[in-house]
Amino acid sequence: MKVLVAIKRVVDANVKIRVKPDNSDVDLANVKMAINPFCEIAVEEAVRLKEKGIASEVLVVSVGDDRCQEQLRTALALGADRAVQVKTDFAVEPLGVAKLLNAIVAKEECGLVVLGKQSIDSDNNQTGQMLAAIGNMPQGTFASDIELKDGELRVTREVDGGLQKVALTLPAVITTDLRLNEPRFASLPNIMKAKRKPLEVISPEELNVDVTPRLTTLSVVSPSERQAGVIVSSVAELVEKLKTEAGVL
Amino acid sequence: MTASILVIADHNNEQLNAATLNTLQAAVELKAKTGSLITVLVAGGQCEGVAQQAAEVSAVDQVVLIEDDTLSSQLAESVAPAVIALTNEATYSHILCAATTFGKDLLPRVAALLDVSQVSEIIEVVDADTFVRPIYAGNALATIKSSDAIKVLTVRGTAFDAVAATGGTAELNRFIVTHSNELSRFVSEEKTVSERPELTSAAIIISGGRGMQSGDNFPMLEKVADKLGAAVGASRAAVDAGFVSNDMQVGQTGKIVAPDLYFAVGISGAIQHLAGMKDSKVIVAINKDVDAPIFGVADYGLVADLFEAVPELEQSLS
Repeated sequence: MKVLVAIKRVVDANVKIRVKPDNSDVDLANVKMAINPFCEIAVEEAVRLKEKGIASEVLVVSVGDDRCQEQLRTALALGADRAVQVKTDFAVEPLGVAKLLNAIVAKEECGLVVLGKQSIDSDNNQTGQMLAAIGNMPQGTFASDIELKDGELRVTREVDGGLQKVALTLPAVITTDLRLNEPRFASLPNIMKAKRKPLEVISPEELNVDVTPRLTTLSVVSPSERQAGVIVSSVAELVEKLKTEAGVL
Repeated sequence: MTASILVIADHNNEQLNAATLNTLQAAVELKAKTGSLITVLVAGGQCEGVAQQAAEVSAVDQVVLIEDDTLSSQLAESVAPAVIALTNEATYSHILCAATTFGKDLLPRVAALLDVSQVSEIIEVVDADTFVRPIYAGNALATIKSSDAIKVLTVRGTAFDAVAATGGTAELNRFIVTHSNELSRFVSEEKTVSERPELTSAAIIISGGRGMQSGDNFPMLEKVADKLGAAVGASRAAVDAGFVSNDMQVGQTGKIVAPDLYFAVGISGAIQHLAGMKDSKVIVAINKDVDAPIFGVADYGLVADLFEAVPELEQSLS
């Protein structure tokens, strides 16, 4: 079974972002970039499936300009076999990404798609569900455990109030939650080896997909900052202030 | 016929989830801009009681009930086609659902089947096609305009006040769907049973972080919670360390909360955690590390060993 993983190049999770002075977007000039953490978990899961002999090949895809090749190489160093960059010079919306991925899933006859549940930049949490809809596949979102059993994929999902188990037919789409696995670090020999692994560049036109944006960002602003309050010296003072000053007890 | 605003109810076949009342407030604000009626869809199995509850909610004009045993577990693969069948029968300008795990799972599937984009976790309705939503874990707010014919929106509950659960007399209609789900099957669920209020609707929350050192120490927080009628939450660090279950996680990728009073106990205050609680009205931080970033957002900070401070707090509340 061929497994497809999609990854997104995003600002590193530890960077404190700034809004541009003209309020057009977030300022990403000279900011450290990385694979979206949820996508990294997806890569790890796919590689583990290959190590268990369940996946025959791990194909990693990213949609973006040439800079995302850096993240594709990282995914190859983590154990993916082959990379595809769908080259675009603007940010494609989740619906467009889902259509592009669906075209690749069909072309490559993938049996399973593993995606991160959301990216830490746009926080949309949409692409996996949209891909599943377009490809008429089941979706195991917010997965914390997956297991192949009797030809079905058993997925444990982190839902409000607890855990839910569902069984999905294949092909299926999984979106990863934080506790699915702990991604490995790429070793130096694997980073060197990754440079020689195949990386194909294709265009949305070649996949026959229209990725015209439907949404326009009118402005991006900083939220009002919370001011630090006071340091109290004792529990008694804390309780007193909560009762009289804040009026919340 | 003019288009109406469709709100998909989040429910468990017995009770309407409180988050639906917050979502309805966003619908009320859209109605003020468009004049469209508000329709609530209750889809599930043996869920007529929920439809009756929805019909009593003040802001609701119409309720559509889709009741079928194939919808009992409300999997997206079965609910999404039901929603599409309904949109083929009536015209909707907006489709809304709470940004709960149910709404986050379902709505993008609906949007893609309609070939429209979705705007996730809106916190403000600017006008009929323009919305504000947080990006980068709430460190920036984007104003987004949609050019799609149908606006599909998930709604962040903490950003909208709940509408009154009673006082309405909406018309209730049934809609029949014929669809079988061959793609997915419900197997089982483990729900955390708790006598305490739900995190997303609690007025007071007390959360523990890595500083709690072990899940065995959480009862200390529970005792305080029980005196205050509060919910108990946790940081991602505490959940990842296995102290408590995932559904207690407050943060960018867990639950987004905005109670009147939030206690952060032994929580350093990572960006991801702050994203989930910084809209709380009053924040209290208890941490022995005076340099912990949590003190930068706390209204009241107590630099102390939590293992002494929390029992003392509990005592002083009696």
